[in-house]
Amino acid sequence: MTYDATFRVWRGDATGGDLQTFTVAVNEGEVVLDIIHRLRATQAGDLAVRWNCKAGKCGSCSAEINGRPRLMCLTRMSTFGEGETVTVTPLRTFPVIRDLVTDVSYNYDKAAQIPAFTPRAREKDGTHRMQQVDVERSQEFRKCIECFLCQDTCHVIRDHEENKAVFAGPRFLIRLAELDMHPLDVVDRKDAAQDEFGLGYCNITKCCSEVCPEGIHLTDNGIIPLKERVVDRKYDPLTWLGSRIGRRPKD
Amino acid sequence: MHAGRAVGSGGAVTATAPRRTGAVAPGHGNGMPAPRRAAIAARTLRTDRWWIQPLLVVLALVLFTIYATFRAFQNAHYFSEPYISPFYSPCITTACEGSSFPELFTGPSWISPALYVLIFPLGIRATCYYYRKAYYRSFWLSPPACAVAEPHKRYTGETRLPLLGQNIHRYALYAALVINVILFYDAVLAFRDETGAWGHMGLGTLILLANAVLLFLYSVSCHSCRHIVGGRLNNFSRHPLRYKAWMQVSRLNGRHMQLAWASLLSVVLTDVYVFLLATDTINDLRFF
Repeated sequence: MTYDATFRVWRGDATGGDLQTFTVAVNEGEVVLDIIHRLRATQAGDLAVRWNCKAGKCGSCSAEINGRPRLMCLTRMSTFGEGETVTVTPLRTFPVIRDLVTDVSYNYDKAAQIPAFTPRAREKDGTHRMQQVDVERSQEFRKCIECFLCQDTCHVIRDHEENKAVFAGPRFLIRLAELDMHPLDVVDRKDAAQDEFGLGYCNITKCCSEVCPEGIHLTDNGIIPLKERVVDRKYDPLTWLGSRIGRRPKD
Repeated sequence: MHAGRAVGSGGAVTATAPRRTGAVAPGHGNGMPAPRRAAIAARTLRTDRWWIQPLLVVLALVLFTIYATFRAFQNAHYFSEPYISPFYSPCITTACEGSSFPELFTGPSWISPALYVLIFPLGIRATCYYYRKAYYRSFWLSPPACAVAEPHKRYTGETRLPLLGQNIHRYALYAALVINVILFYDAVLAFRDETGAWGHMGLGTLILLANAVLLFLYSVSCHSCRHIVGGRLNNFSRHPLRYKAWMQVSRLNGRHMQLAWASLLSVVLTDVYVFLLATDTINDLRFF
């Protein structure tokens, strides 16, 4: 079953641009990325779009579809009515390069600043041993495909460009949580999380969790536990005292 | 020599880029569009009814606040032997109706006994991670919904007072757990009849019990509780009992929002039931 859909696609670059309207054929079972490809093949040969796997695993085709941060390859056309106009824009939190392609280097800069995984010394036989129950919390965050939809939707930087200097964003707060919870890691990242990566800027409105295509519970399993660990360190007089007088074991 | 990956200086397996040092400074926006972003004027391009959820939250919380404020200041109709309204429990002054709890002091009669204790349930709800999401979105519009621009020019989140104070949540939890115990005590006292004889039960007993259970589940499903029970540990395998407890609390934690609303509703319904009994509008349905 084929029908003609109306698409509005943002075209332009950092100097300006606008939403341009196209009528394009849609076949049964297609996703938004298929339609963007057809648009490029038939009507807009110079439309810039970043994509790779078409399977929701590479995190390249992030865009905003009808105002919602989504992966184009995972957004089925069947979720829209046939008469519904579908609007596709680039991620609004990052500088645009051209059309649907944005410059996400902010994220790579923040990623490089996270204190690296630092394991304890190896066992005598040269191995690192850990139990599955100890590491599975961190493994949830390893599902991240770095599509940066959570970074895009986070109002702390989406609505306040100036906060980019002081806030790492949800993707890197869960990276800090992942490492802080890791049974082998020996670096303490709690002070850095609060003082340098802006954990306190998060007001846990959970949009990052809502848009994550991997279904990672960023807020409940990552950011809030990290906030609680920071409270242990900086704001709870009892745990502070306990660790000072040696009555609170580190683990 | 083992054949593992080379370990860099300080034991880290990869290098870390230099970063700013020192405390973060609060952001100062000027409300102008950010440079080099796609020029899209609309605050949002969402086509769904994203405003319904914040609107419902505002309505529910405003109605609850009006009702709770009225009942807290009413200073009457909160006790009907053997039931006491959760708004007034524990009732700790000599001015209290009934005698469900030890009278600790003589308060001025014009001060409602509810005002001495309501700070505790208010404390856990005001600092609760779920309610924070609810009221930051609905009342402060920060943001009103995902990918909908907030109206504020400046945003510092929970980095400064007063919102830095949200970090006392675990202490609010401790206080709430004490209140939870007292509400179970009230439910046990409700296994009496109007004359104080034990071994009886009415609809009010079930209502008080259900209310105590829901409030308790709301407390233990809290994120701070999850952290205290086991979340702070990095090696669950060394603490099997705490790991089991953490798993149970985590299951409840997944329902924290539902428990927050269910327990809020149950407090109101319990209070309404006691009010109707105390004003002789209805009679308690006695089972035995």
